[in-house]
Amino acid sequence: MRAIKVVIAKAGLDGHERGAHAVTAMLRDAGMEVTYLGMFQSPEQIVSVAADEDADVIGLSSLNGAHLTFAERVVAAMGDAGLDDVLLVLGGIVPVEDIPRLHEIGVGGVFPAGTLMDEIVGYIESNVRGERVGGPT
Amino acid sequence: MIDAPVEGLLARVRRGERSALARLISVFEDGALTLAPALADTTAGAVAIGVTGPPGAGKSTLTSALVTHARSLGLRVGVLAVDPSSPRTGGALLGDRVRMGVHAGDPDVYIRGLASRGRTGGLTDVLPDAMLALELWGAHLVLVETVGVGQSAVDIAGIVDSTLLVTTVAGGDEIQAAKAGVLEVADVVAVNKADLPGAAALASSIRSMLRLHRGGEVSVVRTCARDGTGIAELWPLVYREERAADRTRRRHTAALRRVAVAVGDAVAALVAEEKLDADGAVAGCIGGEVSVDEVVGWFVHRLSQG
Repeated sequence: MRAIKVVIAKAGLDGHERGAHAVTAMLRDAGMEVTYLGMFQSPEQIVSVAADEDADVIGLSSLNGAHLTFAERVVAAMGDAGLDDVLLVLGGIVPVEDIPRLHEIGVGGVFPAGTLMDEIVGYIESNVRGERVGGPT
Repeated sequence: MIDAPVEGLLARVRRGERSALARLISVFEDGALTLAPALADTTAGAVAIGVTGPPGAGKSTLTSALVTHARSLGLRVGVLAVDPSSPRTGGALLGDRVRMGVHAGDPDVYIRGLASRGRTGGLTDVLPDAMLALELWGAHLVLVETVGVGQSAVDIAGIVDSTLLVTTVAGGDEIQAAKAGVLEVADVVAVNKADLPGAAALASSIRSMLRLHRGGEVSVVRTCARDGTGIAELWPLVYREERAADRTRRRHTAALRRVAVAVGDAVAALVAEEKLDADGAVAGCIGGEVSVDEVVGWFVHRLSQG
């Protein structure tokens, strides 16, 4: 029995959780196991939890315009923690012109507000890593 | 039986590597492997406490407070927080660790969410392995937190050294607690959110009821997990080193439970797929002529005849 494990978090002082809650519920309804970390998490804290949960995906919610800095710091923390094969996605208020830069930084999927839920689920299912080391012989 | 990549993983866990620990628990979660029989006797044991109770009682906050206390004693701690998977979608929301944020960054605290993944018997096949992984990593204390609803709470009791039931005034009166069946297996009851009106009366009535049904063996403590009230009093009642010393009991119960669940699942699948008709007993039951108890009795009789 294998399930896709996701850690959803918001960073900084952004206090709006509705979007993150909606995505959490939707991913759970799609059969994924979601750890919702809530607000006020530092990039290092988010990555540390993702490592301990052996998450396949880190989902970031950003509504306050700080997505580029936030993403850079999370990607750096992921590198320090050796989580290079973990899928990173980001959603929220993201201007279209920032999307290429986010991909360059290392974000896999970018989902601006208005993205259909199915697209997020489909993207994760298609891009998540495969079998874990130490699996069935 | 243990292949090379897993051997490598085990060695890294023994050296204290968190990433290897996280991966090892995933391997167990995925059902690919069980190591409890192979490694049980070679591992230094931890004291295991089961924390159970109805939703909203404050289990996660109380678990976090117990972790804080354990850390003040220099103990390395592992926490397994179990949440139910949706029977319909298979997904889960693992939300317990949100309450334990104070321990973020502490290298001697490892917290992991586990989804039940629709296993019958709660998670009693995976939990002993996950607990073993934590012991390999060097945990002195393992806390297993589950929602205490009927059978799953009772199942946890067999694989830990002590069981703590957390309840509150807001969680219904003592009659509700009794209905869950958990009162039969709890070693300690914590009436949490003790600052709420009615907490003292609730503790008192639970104490009376327990004295009636279980003599003096169960303690009732009032706690306020948020500010630490009652934790020092609770600690010696739940941290039972002398029980952990008898490691065979826990491992025996876990192994037995694992076999029972596997056999039950296999038979249930055969019945559900209508591949096993027990001399027409199952068909008779579906048709209303034979009771379910009679069908079960038939199966048990056949099994015991070998």
